[in-house]
Amino acid sequence: MFSYYLDLALRSLRRNKALTALMVVAIALGIGASMTMLTVLHVLSGDPLPGKSQTLFYPQLDPRDKADYEAGAEPPRQVTWIDGMNLLRARRADRQALMTGGAVPIQPAQSSVDPFFSDARYTTADFFPMFDTPFRYGRGWSEADDDARSRVVVITSELNDKLFGGRDSTGQILRMKDTAFRIIGVLGDWRPNPHFYDLNMGDYSGLESVFLPLSASRDLHLPLNGSRSCWGDGGSDEAHFETASCVWLQFWVQINEPAKVADYRNFLVRYSQEQQALGRFQRSPNVRLSGLMQWLDVNKVVPSDVRLQTWLALGFLLVCLVNTVGLMLAKFLRRSGELGVRRALGASRQAVFGQLLVESAVIGLAGGVFGLLLAFVGLWLVRRQPSDYAALAHMDLTMLGATFAAAIAASLCAGLLPAWRACQITPALQLKSQ
Amino acid sequence: MTLHPMIAALRRHKAGVVLIALQIALTLAIVCNAVFIIGQRVERVNRPTGLDESNLFLVSQQWVGAPSGDDPASVEKLDSLQQADLAALRSLPDVASVTPINSLPLLNSSWNGAVDLKPGTTGQGSFNGTRTTYYFSDEQALSTLGLHLVAGRNFTVADVQHRGFRDQGEPSLVILTKALGDKLFPKGDALGKVIFLNGATTPTTIIGMVERMQVPGTGSWTNSFVWNATLVPTRLDANFARYAIRAKPGRLDAAMHAVTPTLYAANPLRVLDDDSVKSFAQIRAEAYRADVGMAILMGVVCLILLAVTAAGIVGLTSFWVGQRHRQIGVRRALGARKIDILHYFQIENLVIASVGAVIGLMLAIGLNVLLMQSFEMERLPVAYVLAGIVMVLALGQGAVFVPARRASNVPPVVATRAA
Repeated sequence: MFSYYLDLALRSLRRNKALTALMVVAIALGIGASMTMLTVLHVLSGDPLPGKSQTLFYPQLDPRDKADYEAGAEPPRQVTWIDGMNLLRARRADRQALMTGGAVPIQPAQSSVDPFFSDARYTTADFFPMFDTPFRYGRGWSEADDDARSRVVVITSELNDKLFGGRDSTGQILRMKDTAFRIIGVLGDWRPNPHFYDLNMGDYSGLESVFLPLSASRDLHLPLNGSRSCWGDGGSDEAHFETASCVWLQFWVQINEPAKVADYRNFLVRYSQEQQALGRFQRSPNVRLSGLMQWLDVNKVVPSDVRLQTWLALGFLLVCLVNTVGLMLAKFLRRSGELGVRRALGASRQAVFGQLLVESAVIGLAGGVFGLLLAFVGLWLVRRQPSDYAALAHMDLTMLGATFAAAIAASLCAGLLPAWRACQITPALQLKSQ
Repeated sequence: MTLHPMIAALRRHKAGVVLIALQIALTLAIVCNAVFIIGQRVERVNRPTGLDESNLFLVSQQWVGAPSGDDPASVEKLDSLQQADLAALRSLPDVASVTPINSLPLLNSSWNGAVDLKPGTTGQGSFNGTRTTYYFSDEQALSTLGLHLVAGRNFTVADVQHRGFRDQGEPSLVILTKALGDKLFPKGDALGKVIFLNGATTPTTIIGMVERMQVPGTGSWTNSFVWNATLVPTRLDANFARYAIRAKPGRLDAAMHAVTPTLYAANPLRVLDDDSVKSFAQIRAEAYRADVGMAILMGVVCLILLAVTAAGIVGLTSFWVGQRHRQIGVRRALGARKIDILHYFQIENLVIASVGAVIGLMLAIGLNVLLMQSFEMERLPVAYVLAGIVMVLALGQGAVFVPARRASNVPPVVATRAA
């Protein structure tokens, strides 16, 4: 029966090519535009660490003075050195890491490569196991290295390719700011999107090239990058940031059991009360503990232009669908005579309805194919934009399937009303007027 | 012609009428808001920075192996490197004037802080006080950038200080934009008054005011202080420096080409790459590329949307004309002229489009309210909606013309034939 309906549908579509083309183009444009934007949105709002993100949390404390106090306002989005170190040493979570960004001058041993500046991350030992970073060679450093201020470094495979031709470079020496660092690990293929652990570096910026212990970076006064916010008599120079009233570090914790999240929050409140009693904090405890995905929401990581364009594309799809409904209605009602004959010859209403829906689905499928082509063109256009997320806009299998599903679902929806109206035809009336 | 029989006829194909009206309504709502967004972006892109942008360009460069700038002796050394560059650039034949500066409007690299009327109240980087951006420059800033001094005086050579990039310390004199001066002193008497920068306890005197100067940031986070700039007569000494250069009229290209060899001749130990010498036109284009892209995208979507809607109207009206072929013949046989048939379809379309436009008006306003809640949108001006209504009505008339003319060409003899 299905193949018969398919045959009928193709015949009917061939009969009025202009109208068919118009319907297919309308669906293709709507689908192409929406799928382009939904793909961009899907890429940008994706989970940077699937399977792991629900155990990662970002604590916020309010260590500021009383000036411009507003009850319930959001605490600073970073922590001070003192608080970061206290929370790190308290070890109340399963894992915790304190970090900040920087830039280091790298002085390659080979004379063929000129010295260059590279983005760096100064962090603590748990960074690697906590974020599940893959290692091509070697491993991360241990807490003992943090305590000993060891001159050790983990580099990305990209830097390893550049300096060591991709060979296992663990144990080799990398000179940075006139200091010898021992390479202990080379990261594998890892590019979390967004750059969730420090959103001050650009939401979709790539990975830093070198990772080294925070304690060593402070010893050597390596240059810092990123956002800092100070209050009171804050604003000291970088060398004395340990004691300044400035927030400039990010602190992440891993809590494996959901039940313990509330415990950690209580710990943060108790810590704030303690600090208030000591006179360091002047505000009453104001803490937040956001999950990773929630933290991305709080920071409005997905650009508002992208969200706006997505809504525009969906609105566009809606207009295209309404347009298709109208055209299908015209087309189906025009065939009242033919449908009347089928009904008079014994086809049930359901059978006629099914036949018309098959016809809509064929249009949807054709629209989906063209829509997919348009989506590829659209994504190519997006990749040519200057934004930092542009390079990420690629179609994956999920979105490919979703495009077809959306096109067929959309055209079936568009076919429902016209098909229903067309089966309401009274066969006798149609036959008589012939 | 009375509308009554037409409306009675429309009742017989409700679904089609509702669909056309709905499509027109949705199109109107989306196009109005999209055009409004385009308008806002265009306005943003075209706002003047306050600079005389022609013949202006910027050089960003870095010294290799320069001193750290962490102790007074190395700061002096960095300053002498900078002074040497300035002297070399100022001696070029195509250059009118040169000023060292930490950033320029639209460059998206800024040094921000806050100013207050009381000492010691605001911290650096905090959002208290009145936010401002700082431009660290020298006595040639006004002439090089083409800023208009509206009150007070320019910096003199004696006013200009220099300090290490990471050192603390606030200047004793500044020039503000009029916008910032008026915000701090609403009576408009800011000139000669004393302010405190970044929570300092030492006073700073306002010695002049310029008409207008935009901040370097173009993101929406700068919206609250986009015209609040403070010019500081201080050369910043670091291992990198930026120089704003005004070329003599018509000599921009020549001056831009002369800069790189001149700087290398003055001191070869530096990094200058393709991005180091940029005309202001280039800086402007880069700053607003995303906005221009958004405006173009919105424009294309609007055009396609209008085309789809027009095609839909043509399709449905053609169907109606075919359906009423015989009735049209009867009307013609009963004495209706061709123009009457044409008008019938045109007025029918006008009625449907008007209903759609009224619904669309409400949808457009509703959509605008939604967008205002979730995005940085302003209220949609009535003029946009009215223009949109006129546009969809015209679109409907344009789309209906071809099928309506076909209908008017139906000969009266059709009435006598069997359907």
